[in-house]
Parts: sequence; C-alpha cells; structure tokens
Amino acid sequence: MARDLSPLFNPKGVVVAGASSHPGKFGFVSIHNILRCGYEGPVVGLAREAGELLGIPVLASPDDLEPDTYDLVFVCTPPTLNEDLITRCAAKGIKAVFMGAGGYGEAGPDGLVAQERLVALCDELDLILVGPNGQGVVSPPASLCAQIVAPYPPQGHIGIASQSGNFVSSFENYASQTGVGVSRAVSAGNAAQLDVVDYLEWFAEDPETKVGLAYVEGIVDGRHFFDRISEVAKRLPVVILKGGATANGQRAAASHTGALASDDAIFDGMARQAGLVRAHSVHEAFETAATLASQPLPTGDRVAVVTTVGGWGVVAADALYRSSMDLAPLPDDLRAALDEKLPPRWSRNNPIDLAGGETRETIPEVLELVAAHDEVDAVLFLGFGVQSNQADLMRSGEFYPDHGLERIVDFHERQDARYAEAAVEISQRHDKPVLVCSEMAVTCPDLSGPAAVRASGRLLYPSADRAVAALDLARRLTRFRQART
Amino acid sequence: MSTHTLSEAASRAIVAAAGVPVSAYTTVTDADAAVAAAADIGYPMVAKLCGDAIAHKSERGLVRLGIGSDDELRRSVDELLALARPEDGEVDVLVSTMVAGKRELIAGLVRDPQFGMAVMLGVGGILAEAIADVAFRLVPITRIDALELLDDLDSQSLLGEFRGEPAVDRGAVAATLVALSDLAESDPNVVSVDLNPLIIADGRPIAVDALVETTQGAPS
Repeated sequence: MARDLSPLFNPKGVVVAGASSHPGKFGFVSIHNILRCGYEGPVVGLAREAGELLGIPVLASPDDLEPDTYDLVFVCTPPTLNEDLITRCAAKGIKAVFMGAGGYGEAGPDGLVAQERLVALCDELDLILVGPNGQGVVSPPASLCAQIVAPYPPQGHIGIASQSGNFVSSFENYASQTGVGVSRAVSAGNAAQLDVVDYLEWFAEDPETKVGLAYVEGIVDGRHFFDRISEVAKRLPVVILKGGATANGQRAAASHTGALASDDAIFDGMARQAGLVRAHSVHEAFETAATLASQPLPTGDRVAVVTTVGGWGVVAADALYRSSMDLAPLPDDLRAALDEKLPPRWSRNNPIDLAGGETRETIPEVLELVAAHDEVDAVLFLGFGVQSNQADLMRSGEFYPDHGLERIVDFHERQDARYAEAAVEISQRHDKPVLVCSEMAVTCPDLSGPAAVRASGRLLYPSADRAVAALDLARRLTRFRQART
Repeated sequence: MSTHTLSEAASRAIVAAAGVPVSAYTTVTDADAAVAAAADIGYPMVAKLCGDAIAHKSERGLVRLGIGSDDELRRSVDELLALARPEDGEVDVLVSTMVAGKRELIAGLVRDPQFGMAVMLGVGGILAEAIADVAFRLVPITRIDALELLDDLDSQSLLGEFRGEPAVDRGAVAATLVALSDLAESDPNVVSVDLNPLIIADGRPIAVDALVETTQGAPS
C-alpha cells in the first residue's frame, strides 16, 4: 500500500521557510517560482522578520501560521533550525516537508546524525519528508512549481522520481520542448525517508500519472527494491535510467550520493525480471516515457513504415532489423488497396514509399489503410514536415506573398497540421501506435508541422532510429506482460 | 563468512539432485574399477582427478579427454592418481562419458552483495570471458523468466540450427536454469555454482563439469 503523498503533490497551501528578499537565494527563488507558475492555494513565507515578499505575507514564526491551511513546508533554512521549525509547523497541520536545505547525509558524519534525527522526528510526527538536499517538487495538475530551479513543464502524464535533481530538470526541459507533459516530478535528494520507489508506488495510484520515469544510482537494499518495484511495474509502466553502469560511473556515483552502485549486468537482469523499461540515455528515457504516456502500446512486433520518400524508409528498416520488432510483410490485400491510392511508382512493399506521389488526401488515407490492417501492430510515419519546411522558406523570402505564394504557404502549413492530427486520430481509433518522425523536431521546432505535433500532446520523434528505440522498449514491456497473462 | 568449493563429484551430485542434467559419471579409486565403469558409461570417456581441494583441474593437467579404450583408460587413471599431491587430501578419479557438441554455454549461480542470489546464463567456451555475453535473473525464477533470460543473450544465432546440429531446446535450457534457482532456494548454504561448460548435445544442455561453493562444512 503506497503512502498517501497527496499533501506533497496536491497541497492546499504552501509555506516557504527561510524566505529571503535576495533574488539569488533559494528562499526567494522557491517563492518566486511557486507564484510565477500560478499556484492558486495560499502561500506564506517564514523569516526572522515579518513582512511581505512578492505580494505574499512573511511571518516571523510558524506559531503565527493559520492552522490547517497549509499541507507543505518548503524548507530553505539550515539544519540547526529545522527540528524546531518542523515540530511547530506540524502543530499547525503541516503534513509534508520538502527539505531543500543541504548539510545532512551528504555532508559527512555529523550531517548524517542530523539526518537520522530529522527522519525520526518526521516519522514521529507522521510527516512526509522529501530530501534533504533535494531540488523541488513539481505538480502541474496543482499548478505547483516548488523548485529552486526553473523548468516548469506542461501538464501531462509522466511521473518523474529521481535520485538526482539534475535529471528532473532535464526531463522537465524535454517535456517543455516536446509538449509531452508531466504529472508529477520530485527529486529524492538524500532519500532519507522516502526513496524513488515510494514515489513510484504513489504514482501507480495517481490518476494523473500513466507512466513512471525514474533515475537511480546507488540502491541500498537491492532485494527490497526489486520486490517493491516489481509490484509497481505490474500497474504502472516504469522507465528507468541507471547511473553508475560502468566502473568509472560507479566511482562518480559513490562520491555523489554516498551510495554504492551495483554491478550492471545483475541490475539489468533485475530490471528485466521486474518488468521495468530500462533506457540507456537521458533522451531515450524521456522519449520512451513519452511514448508510453501518449501512444497506445504495441501489442505485436509487426511495424509498417510509411515514408514520403525512399532514404528515410531504408534507414528505418535497418533500425527495425536491429530491434526486437520486425518490418511487417506487406499483406496482399493492403498492397492492392494502396495501389488504388498511389501512383504506380510507389514501392509496393514495406517500407511503404509514397515516392512523392501524394496528393491532398493521400497521407491520411494511407495511414488509415495501414493502421487499420490486422497484420500491422504499429506504424512509423517518416518525412513529416516537408511542406511546412517549404512554406517557411517561401514565407520568409522576398517573393512572398506574391506569385501565389501566400496561398500555397497556407496550404502547405494546413497539410502538415492535418497529418499530425490524422496520425493521432487514426492511432486512437485503431488503438495502435503511430509514431511521426522528423529531425525538424529539433532543427526547426517552431514551424507549423512540428508545432502541430507538439500541440497534439505527442512526441515528434527526431529520427526514425529514436522512434524505433522507444517503440522497441515499449514492445518489450507488452511482451513481458503478455508472457504473464 | 568462509566458504569452500566441493569436489566435482560432490558438486555434480548436488546439481544433478536439483534437476540439472549432467553427463553420466562415477568415481573410482583404481584402474580396474574404471574399466568396470566403462562398460556402463561407454567410450569415448573423460577422466579427471577429483578432490575437495582441487578446483582448477585443467591448469594442473588433471584432465584426460577422448579416452577410447580400456588400455587408454587404465593408463589415464594411473597417471592421474600419480599426479596427486599431499595437499590435495583424499582424491579419486571421476570418469564420465565424453559429450559431443559444438556449442558450449555457461550457467550458474552467484551471490550478489546487492541483490542476493542470481542465476546466470552465458555463452561458454574458451572465449566466454572475452565475449561476456551473459545475462542474469534473481532467484527465484519462473520458467518464463528463464526463457526470457535465454532471449537476453546477444548470440541468438548460436541457439538456432548450427553446423549440422539441431536448434537449442530452449525449454530444456530453461528447465536447467529453474533447477539452479530451486537449488539456491532449497540450500541457503550454496554461495555459487558454475556449470562450465554446459554443452549443447543434440540440442539439449548437459553439464560436463560442476563446481559448487558452499558455506557448509567450511574449514573455520
């Protein structure tokens, strides 16, 4: 049974201890970020002197807090003050402590003693304790950005729990870039009371979260970790990124959090046995989580590749060959149906190379025929964005808007938007993944094509290889689950 | 915690009792008994000097392969017994059938400081460590876990039909891995097991060597 973390992720009010008027201090930045990102509940600061900051009241003592008004206290004060602070906050109905302050377990033996006392106190007072030495908690459904760093992602369904605050920032930035949003995000810091799995356990019960995304380094009790995360993985897809996979990494990790990293091959076997989705890079972890959060899951291995021109399809076929999935043999009836829609020069095979023969309706019609077929489990659509790319060159040049350019630019941009919408609609209707790929996701994300995919809440995959990598990991998860039903 | 390794004969007895297929074998203390055993086991045969204190037989030249006749067997047994050193303690000679197969896997158990007992499967043979195509699961494993462990190996082409030999019986390999897992569960004294190599003969795995490390009866 997961611990109820609602007071942390859906607090009715937030207190920031150590409020500061210096815009470089955590006690300012955290208040600024909470207010700047639109948190609607009451926010109050605590400082040595009462006053006002960014329009909110600052109180001189926790004793002055309105009772039962605040669930969360965000602590930026040093360890010597915090036990008294927490005790008095708890008396006012506070249920969760985010310990942003350092100087605990990561700071040597004395800090570790202080940390143990902190945990004992929070346990006694039945308080949730996050950190110490964490970076913040983000919860877009509650419009909450209680962080000492900036990235505030759009709302979505990825729940992030990380042993390193930096990776929370990375994933949040990817969410902002791609438009595939976040439900909750938290850095576990020293994980004195709650570890990454505690957060995942709650995510599995959280209706806002469809996939967990976790970064771990050292694991203190591997068997316990395995037993708990296996249970989570039955209910929530969990993408895991592990630091310290190599000998060098292990040394770095040991100096980073004071926990020892375990042997990578055993970890890998453990992860597979637990039904975790293990990614090997930050972008792969995010893109896989984004796939699991926004696409129907692939139920089989047969992938159809639809491409507007040849080369992209060839490389995608290569990537599929290296994956655990297959290029679907093109069914005869599907070939015949496509013959009706396409000029004779089309590839007549998978990859389905349209050979530049598309007219206004071709791409949505082809995607529909392909995705609808029983012998296709997933679709890759390559060559997306060509039209908005051309539109951009026309719109930004000296000949625009004359010579019919205004009209064609408008047409091109509408077409790419239609393709993005069609991919989502067709995918949902047939309950199959349809992954749209274009390097324009990175090279020119603001053009209408990439923007339309972003607006749909799905990932525009920056290459076919990366789409295949994410799809392959998603397929490993469904294969694992199918073997056990 | 002090541990010690068991003789090949004792190790074979333990893994065989757990359900691991091992090549037909017996132990003898002289050449006459070896020849008598050969009538049951059949040539070609292997003879190895065997004792609790002898863990690395090959390095000391204590293995005779491809023995094809009674005369050869007698000579091999006599030679091996003559190679025993006082520090080897009580020794005998393990004679077994020589299993023919072009493919070798390695399987075993290992106690990981983080995750506890784990089952390993890998590509065996003399390049095993260099290739390092191995995968693990934590004890206990199910048959499904075992089949997935086999899927984890990169060298899948080695598991299909291979140079005139049939494809590897994946179910039989999985059963061997489950047997190792069962052994680890039923005997908490087991620290590690090596089945090296696990030869694929007619598509089925058969252990032709075994080494069990245990905490039980360890010299203190």
